[in-house]
Amino acid sequence: MATTKHTLVALVENKPGVLNRMASLFRRRGFNIESIAVGLSEVPHLSRMTIVVDGSTAMVEQVRKQLDKVIDVVRVSDITGDNTIARELALIKVKATSSTRSEIIEIVDIFRASIVDVAPDSLTIEITGDEEKINSLFNLLRSFGIREISRTGRIAMVRGTSGSLSAEKGYPRLVTDTKQSKGHLSREL
Amino acid sequence: MKMTGAQILCESLVREEVEVMFGILGGSILPFYDTIPQYPQLRHILVRHEQAAAHAADGYARVTGKVGVCLATSGPGATNLVTGIANAYLDSVPLVAITGQVARPFIGKDAFQEIDITGITLPITKHNYIVLDVSSLAEIVKEAFYLARSGRPGPVLIDMPRDVQIDQAEFHYPSRVVLPGYKPTLQGHSAQIKKAAKLINEAERPLVIAGRGIIISRAYNELKQLAEMAQIAVVTTLLGISCFPESHILSLGMLGMHGMAYANMAVDAADVIIAIGMRFDDRATAKVSAFAPHARIIHIDIDPAEIGKNVRVDVPIVGDVKAVLSELNKLVISAEHVDWLRQLDDWRKEHPSIGIRDSEGLLPQYVIRQIYEVTKGEAIIVTGVGQNQMWAAQHYWYNKPNSFISSGGLGTMGFELPAAMGAKVGCPEEIVWCIAGDGGFQMTIQELATIVKEKVAVKIAIIDNGFLGMVRQWQEMFYGRRYVATPLSGPDFVKVAEAYGLPGLRVTRREEVVPAIEQAMEYQGPFLIDFVVEPEENVYPMVLPGASLAEVLEEPKGEVTLWPRRSTP
Repeated sequence: MATTKHTLVALVENKPGVLNRMASLFRRRGFNIESIAVGLSEVPHLSRMTIVVDGSTAMVEQVRKQLDKVIDVVRVSDITGDNTIARELALIKVKATSSTRSEIIEIVDIFRASIVDVAPDSLTIEITGDEEKINSLFNLLRSFGIREISRTGRIAMVRGTSGSLSAEKGYPRLVTDTKQSKGHLSREL
Repeated sequence: MKMTGAQILCESLVREEVEVMFGILGGSILPFYDTIPQYPQLRHILVRHEQAAAHAADGYARVTGKVGVCLATSGPGATNLVTGIANAYLDSVPLVAITGQVARPFIGKDAFQEIDITGITLPITKHNYIVLDVSSLAEIVKEAFYLARSGRPGPVLIDMPRDVQIDQAEFHYPSRVVLPGYKPTLQGHSAQIKKAAKLINEAERPLVIAGRGIIISRAYNELKQLAEMAQIAVVTTLLGISCFPESHILSLGMLGMHGMAYANMAVDAADVIIAIGMRFDDRATAKVSAFAPHARIIHIDIDPAEIGKNVRVDVPIVGDVKAVLSELNKLVISAEHVDWLRQLDDWRKEHPSIGIRDSEGLLPQYVIRQIYEVTKGEAIIVTGVGQNQMWAAQHYWYNKPNSFISSGGLGTMGFELPAAMGAKVGCPEEIVWCIAGDGGFQMTIQELATIVKEKVAVKIAIIDNGFLGMVRQWQEMFYGRRYVATPLSGPDFVKVAEAYGLPGLRVTRREEVVPAIEQAMEYQGPFLIDFVVEPEENVYPMVLPGASLAEVLEEPKGEVTLWPRRSTP
C-alpha cells in the first residue's frame, strides 16, 4: 500500500502521561513518528500537538481513530491535504572562518534566516520555514562544515478563519451529565 | 468533615453502588483494607491469586451489567491483575481495578514492591490514574466508574499510593464528570440509518451478524424485532451467543472458525450483512479478503475505531446498538425472503454441524448436551478456553439472554472458575455451570478454596481429556500428530476437590453422566464433576487457518495439509 506523510493535529489535555499514551498507539502499529511537536494552546490546560507520520491513508485513519479514543485527547484531525501552514524551526551551527563568514551571511540573508550567535570559528543560524526551505539552507551550508543541527518537529495549522481544531470550538460540550447518560447505560436486564 | 483517602475511596465506592469487591491485600493497600469494615455494605471476597480477582470481577460485571471491582496491592499484586485486566479490555467488560502503590516519596526509587502499573496497563485499560493528591480522589473514582461503564465499556485502573490513603481531605462526591475528550456517540446518524434501511429493504439475502454489543446494550428485543419483521436470519459471534434465542427459527448459531457450517455458508452467500455490536475478529471472519464476498455490509458499533478496521464497510453507523436498532426498525419494512430462508434451511438440514457421532466412549459433546438437558437450558454457562469452550458454544443451546460467559478476545485459560464465581456472586439465584478443560482449570484451581470459603455454589464440569486439547488438535492436523508438550497428567481432581472441601465425582461412562449432573444440581453448594472423555476428540466444524468461511470442514478427514503452511496457530 502506498504510504505518504500525514500531518495529524491533536488537542490534548495537559496531563502527565498523555504523550506516552499517544506514542504507545503508534508503536503498537509499527508507525515511525517522523516528528512530534507539543506546546500550550490558547486554552490553559490544553496542549496542541502536531505529529508527522508516514503511512497509508487507511492505516493513519485507524491510528487517528485510536488516538481519538484516548480519554485525554480532546480532538484529533488529519489535516493532510487541507490548506495548511506548516513550519519548522532549526538551529544550525556552521563552521565559519574570516574568509567564509561573509558568504554564509549572504546565504542566510537570502533565506531570511538570522544569525543568533557568533563565535571566532562558527556561526549559529536560526531559520523558520517549511521542511523544504530548511533542507535547502542546510544543503547550501553543508560545504562550510556543519557542527551541529537541531530541528523542531513540524507545527501546522489550517489556513483561514475557521480553525479545524480550535479549542473553543466545541469546548462548551465538556461537561457530560452522568445522570442523563446513566439512565441510558444502566438499563436493567 | 475531613476524611482519609481510604474513607473517601470507600464512600465513593458506596456512591457507585458497589456491593462486592474481589481482591488480595498487601502492605501498600493496607490502609484501605483497614477501612473496609467501616462500610459493611462493601462485601470483600478474598481470592487466592489476583488474576482470579480480575476474572471474578469480570464474570460479575458480565452477568449483572454493573461495574466489577477488583483490588490488589502494589508490585506483584498489581502485575498479577494484568491478565485479567487485558481479558476485560478485549471483551469490553466494565471493570475498576484498584491497586495499592508505594508511598509518594518512594515512587521512582525502585522501592520494595514498587512497579509502574499505570505504565504497564496503559495499552490494556480504557484509562488509568495514579492518585497523587487525595483531594482529587473522589473525582477520579467518579470518572473511573463513568468511563468503565459508558460508551464501549472497559477496564479502568486506579493506582493509590499508600500515603494518599492516609492523607485527609474534605469529601465531596461530584455529580458530574468533566471529560472534554470523551463523549461517546449514542444516537446513530439519521442519514446513515436511512441508507441502512434502504439497503435492508432491497436485500434479497440479508443476514444479521450479532455480537456482544447486543448484550452490553441489552438490545435483545430490538434485534428480535428486526429479525422477525424483515425475516432476517441471525448468526452470532462467539461472544454474541445468547443475544438471540438459539431455538428461534431464524437463528443460525455461531459463525467462524468453529461455527456452524450453515452459518458460515450463509455469510458467504448473503447480499446484505447487518453487523451489529461486533468487531470482525479474525476467528469470526476467517480469511478476511474472502469474507462475505457478495455482501454489502452495514456495521453498527459504538466504537468508531472499529468501523473499517478489519473489513470494508458500506454503511457505517456509530452509536449505541439499542438506540440505532430502534430507529432502524422504524424504517425497515416487513419482508419474507422465502427463497433465501428456504435455502438456509436446506443448508441447515444438509450440514447439521452439531450432530454427535455414535461412540462407545464418553464424548465431550455428549456431556455438554446432557448439561443442557438437565438444566433445561436455564443455566449460565461460563467456559474456559479451547475445545471445552467450543463444545460449550456448540452443544448447549442458549435461549436465555446473556447466559454464555467466555473469554473471547484474549482467550484466557483459567478464566472459567473465577469468572463463574463472579457470575454466581452477581446472580445468586441463577444456576451457574463452569465448563472447564483439565488444562485451563489447573491455571486457577486455587479458587476452589475461595468458592468453598465464600459458599459460592458453582457447579464445575471438567472436560478432562488429558491434553491441552485444542493445541493437540492442531498438532494432529498440522504437525504430524507430534504431541509435543500437550499431554497432561492431571491430578486426581476428585481428591483435589475433597482436599478443598467440596464434593467431587468422576464420570467415565455415558450412563453416569445424567445422574452425576443431577446430583450436582441437587447439592446445595459447589460441586465438581471430572468427566473423563475421549482423549483425541476434535472440534468440528472447522475453518482451517488461512481458509475462507466457505471452505468449512465438517468432519474429520485425516491429516490435513495446511496451506500455506504456517508455523503458529
